[in-house]
Amino acid sequence: MATPAVRIERKNYLNAEYGIRSWLFTTDHKRIALLYLVSITAMFFIGGFFALMIRLELLTPAGDLLLADTYNKMFSMHGQVMVFFFLIPSIPAVLGNFLIPMMIGAKDLAFPRINLISWYLYIAGAALYLYAIVTGGVDTGWTFYVPFSSLFSNSHVVEAGLAIFIAGFSSILTGLNFVVTVHKMRAPGMTWSRLPLFVWSHYATSIIMLLGTPVIAITLVLVVLERTLNLGIFDPNRGGDPVLFQHLFWFYSHPAVYIMILPSMAVVSEIIPCFSRKRIFGYNFVAMSSIAIAVIGFLVWAHHMFVAGISLYAALAFSFLTFLVAVPSAIKVFNWTATMYRGSIQFSTPMVYAIGFIGLFTIGGLTGVFLATLGLDVHVHDTYFVIAHFHYVMVGGAVLGFLGGMHFWWPKITGRMYPEMWGRLAAVIVFIGFNLTFFPQFILGYLGMPRRYWDYSRMPEWQALNVLSTAGATILAVGYLLPMVYLAWSLRYGPIAGDNPWQATGLEWRTPSPPPTFNFDETPVVTWEAYEYETMPLAEEVKK
Amino acid sequence: MSDSHAMEASLATEHEHHDRPELRHHFADVQQQRNAASLGMWWFLGTEIMFFGGMFCAYLIYRRWYFPEFAVASRSLDLVVGTLNTAVLICSSLTVAMAVRAAQMGKRKLQVQLLLATIFFGLVFLGVKGYEWKNKYEEHHIPTFRYNAADLMAKPGDRQLLGLSGIKDPNQLGKAEADVQRRTQIFFSLYFAMTGMHAIHMVIGVGLFAVITWMAHKGRFTPEYHTPLEVAGLYWHFVDIVWIYLFPLLYLIDRRPGA
Repeated sequence: MATPAVRIERKNYLNAEYGIRSWLFTTDHKRIALLYLVSITAMFFIGGFFALMIRLELLTPAGDLLLADTYNKMFSMHGQVMVFFFLIPSIPAVLGNFLIPMMIGAKDLAFPRINLISWYLYIAGAALYLYAIVTGGVDTGWTFYVPFSSLFSNSHVVEAGLAIFIAGFSSILTGLNFVVTVHKMRAPGMTWSRLPLFVWSHYATSIIMLLGTPVIAITLVLVVLERTLNLGIFDPNRGGDPVLFQHLFWFYSHPAVYIMILPSMAVVSEIIPCFSRKRIFGYNFVAMSSIAIAVIGFLVWAHHMFVAGISLYAALAFSFLTFLVAVPSAIKVFNWTATMYRGSIQFSTPMVYAIGFIGLFTIGGLTGVFLATLGLDVHVHDTYFVIAHFHYVMVGGAVLGFLGGMHFWWPKITGRMYPEMWGRLAAVIVFIGFNLTFFPQFILGYLGMPRRYWDYSRMPEWQALNVLSTAGATILAVGYLLPMVYLAWSLRYGPIAGDNPWQATGLEWRTPSPPPTFNFDETPVVTWEAYEYETMPLAEEVKK
Repeated sequence: MSDSHAMEASLATEHEHHDRPELRHHFADVQQQRNAASLGMWWFLGTEIMFFGGMFCAYLIYRRWYFPEFAVASRSLDLVVGTLNTAVLICSSLTVAMAVRAAQMGKRKLQVQLLLATIFFGLVFLGVKGYEWKNKYEEHHIPTFRYNAADLMAKPGDRQLLGLSGIKDPNQLGKAEADVQRRTQIFFSLYFAMTGMHAIHMVIGVGLFAVITWMAHKGRFTPEYHTPLEVAGLYWHFVDIVWIYLFPLLYLIDRRPGA
């Protein structure tokens, strides 16, 4: 038996420096991405715990596991943790942070220190939110609707609101960094029409972060001021208008849905061409549809308020604009499908996630069109139909994209391969568990089960579907825990990944895995279009 | 093999950078760094517009709904002091612009003097603002905090605008006056939220300029490189412009002579 040659590891961003200080004071975008990965994963499991409590309570019709007040806090904190501390930073702050400079051939983001500050802001916000959780929690629903949040709630609205305010600035600074980086840091020859679609989609996301987040920041500040200093801007007693709060809240929080889904579309746009071995179909359309989603996405917010007493004509306009935003989303789905058409498709783990994404996002998106329809929305407003719809987009879309992207770039990030069979198994478990959890909720919602109820003992016939949903959530939890285990395992025992295990075309694959601190030994000069898969040989990893 | 190349390359770039200490490692040249900083600040100011925009939006809606209440509440603000403060702030923007010019011409001492003048004007503005808030406190014009709008309903002109002068029935009059008591609080809520948020930006600006002044004093800015000063100047001008909008919107509602 030959003794394996001692491998001399080349210097990379992971072994360049050691020690806790080298991480906490790093300005390397790749290390900051990993700091974010650890933090958002922790928040994901906290939010997941709240989801578990919700599903366990709904297993039986009676309100028997939790007190009604506790249940209110569970769904409120589930929503706020998942939206503000997991989904919004998830792909941009981890994969976007890691990959955007590499994809455009830059040494780092434009403002590395601001990038680190943004992580610290995230941590400060998350810490304050955790403080709000352990001191008693929040019960306003994730939406902070006034006047309940400003006048009546006895829970920790101020702390939670300020926590989200602070985390919002983390998101603004990330978006700012991305926009400036894409404008000013591209390598020679990396023209706008040669940018990977991942970058285009993140560019669109960043614009939403920049223009939307400040609005929810000031809105939450005003709620905090109403609670602490008794200002009366939204107070109906003094002539203030709670619906104005809803307008301001959704002006950010609807585009925030696109902050969550556009980065997932970014990931899928990279995975699909790679595992179909084909150039993306309709590059310009996919790129421009990201921008169109960002623009139109700002003009649809009031579809959350069709039953809040807005004028009929406003409702008609917002209904129409909501139909319109489905068009660029559909363009993407058609283009991904056309990319796969007659491609040499390999069902590697990232591809399984990407295909799952297309199916689930399509269902999530189309049910969104149902909800944009004025008459139907009145029937299913505030029911489990809405819950199912946005979980198809946020879990079926955003989380599957995140997991797919983590697997796709894992070899680049860590230099190791994960076990492929386990990867596929987990992807299938997530897909099955997800559908079992949320498809029954469409039916429950259509039957009239309202969201945010803790007891449905007057309607025991809803139990069967709720049991299915809770069972599905358990399976989904297994699907989430599996990657935690085998990805951690692969850090030590996974086979060494080459520089380009998938034979993908992006610049990030033309540098070693893990990459050196400044990403490239010398600044690349780009002379080719994105996704030139016709000339790429098939990868060994993929052939297996 | 390629390791040593990389090492040499990075050493070479570090060496190159020695003559330009302000150039950060990840930029190709000073021009790129400057463009990035400037674009970053412009985008940040874009986010600031959206931040204040939420309050301006609320202001416009309520001003349309409760115009008479807004007008009489606005008239209770001190026009002379507010105008003087606006002039102070405009002066501070002038000194910032002149400081940038001084940096471009390499006049270090003048730069520091102008920056100190900017900080001085900024502090004067904040002091005057504090004085105005103190007056509002004494007039019981802070919402819910022993709030009293009686003085806003004293003058005949104001009573007419509020539609109180025509009401004879004391019950109805009481109701109408209670409405004014409530709705004028919306104006003052917005007044304190908007001027307060503006003042917080001023405080940040003064802190920022303290650092910039120190950098200028240390001779860190040259005619070729003074990006931090330029970018901080953009921020200062922006905060100034916010006030240029706040002043007429809050102080100058229906200020006809004799009204």
